[in-house]
Amino acid sequence: MIRVELPFHLRNLARVSGEVQLEVPDPVTINGVITALEERHPVLRGTIRDHGSLKRRPFIRFFACKEDLSLEPAETHLPPAVANGSEPFLIIGAIAGG
Amino acid sequence: MSKIRVLVGTKKGAFILTSDGKRKSWKVSGPYFAGWEIYHVKGSAADPNRIYASQSSGWFGQIIQRSDDGGKTWNTPGSSPEELKGPGGFPKGESNKFVYDGDAGTHKWYDGTQHPWEFKRIWHIEPSLTDPDTAYAGAEDAAIFKTTDGGKTWKELSGLRKAKGQLWQPGAGGMAVHTILLDRKNAKRIYVAISAAGAFRSDDGGVTWKPINRGLKSQFELPDPDAEVGHCVHRIAMHPSRPNVLFMQKHWDVMRTDDAGGKWTEVSGNLPSDFGFPIDVHAHEPETIFVVPIKSDSEHYPPDGKLRVYRSKTGGNDWEALTRGLPQKDCYVNVLRDAMAVDSFDPCGVYFGTTGGQVYASANGGNTWNAIVRDLPAVLSVETQTLS
Repeated sequence: MIRVELPFHLRNLARVSGEVQLEVPDPVTINGVITALEERHPVLRGTIRDHGSLKRRPFIRFFACKEDLSLEPAETHLPPAVANGSEPFLIIGAIAGG
Repeated sequence: MSKIRVLVGTKKGAFILTSDGKRKSWKVSGPYFAGWEIYHVKGSAADPNRIYASQSSGWFGQIIQRSDDGGKTWNTPGSSPEELKGPGGFPKGESNKFVYDGDAGTHKWYDGTQHPWEFKRIWHIEPSLTDPDTAYAGAEDAAIFKTTDGGKTWKELSGLRKAKGQLWQPGAGGMAVHTILLDRKNAKRIYVAISAAGAFRSDDGGVTWKPINRGLKSQFELPDPDAEVGHCVHRIAMHPSRPNVLFMQKHWDVMRTDDAGGKWTEVSGNLPSDFGFPIDVHAHEPETIFVVPIKSDSEHYPPDGKLRVYRSKTGGNDWEALTRGLPQKDCYVNVLRDAMAVDSFDPCGVYFGTTGGQVYASANGGNTWNAIVRDLPAVLSVETQTLS
């Protein structure tokens, strides 16, 4: 079971509290997690990655095991600790805005 | 019992202000979608319980929200639990999918080069006058989209961008379709306005469009006095009974046309400044119009620190200042283009919201004003629903 932490506004949008737990097929990748998340919560489509291009939105960041994975390719395999559910995959609104 | 809803979009959420027909005591509900920019909230004329809202964020992009119970509860269209359980294969998570039709192409950029069209947000949602499931959405970068399934899916009416779109250029506030007007007498006729491209009209339900900017003068932005597009139109307004007569607040100049945009003439008359953003028409007097003059394009606040609505009862040129109940010193707020509306009670109510978070109301056609609420986030839009 993959654990995903969403930022405040996306938790409200998806009407969830706390972590989201997802079944993600192996190998567990960034794209695999986002796809499973969007299938569970269709309202999140377009809010994390663009419709169509599926590129990460500019002010969204991905973290796992204290590492910034935002600039890694979408098919990057996530760390074993995320894949086995001991660590969460973090989706964060970037600290920007002024 | 008659009732009014004032739908307010702000920089940090939506609010619904309600009162009875006397419009003296008000209830403020919200914030809805707290923390998000709500560019526009508008109810359907065909079903007042149906309300659409445009919710957006620099982080998370565009969301469309819909209420089917007059604003009590909201859902993103097509993704309510009931719909997701349905066997009909409803589109899932596509209510915020605004994709330009075909090759998006390019428009003019600030440096004169061509720049790709990029969707940013929906500025304005205009529900159909007859069908609650049909609505139009005005986008930045400028385009118009249409839904016929209550906002579950949207399709671009790309003929608009074929009206010399390669020559359109953003203004300082971006390049957006911010005004959409539907003609009650001719279901095929639609008007839009775009900063900074101008006004456009379709006579075939949005398939093809033509610029309607003859008579507009923008001498410092457009050296060509006959430029068909490129004018910074801030807002246009129409009285439902006279859809061929339009009033315009341009970047500078207040204008009118009596032939559906065939020719515009200036009616700024004795205004203290003809720069401003909103313009609206009295519900029962088609020649009575309202504007809020702003000092200049460089100083977006009222002249002399006095917040004054100006009313013309002659369709322009002859204007009177409406000041009773409005701050007449030290006031430096702005009123944005979508932040003024009228109700259809008699006497007509007039409403506007400010960048300082006040929503002012007049229950007597502008003669006197009161603040319904004073400390909201900066107001982006104001709409009304007069309910019987």
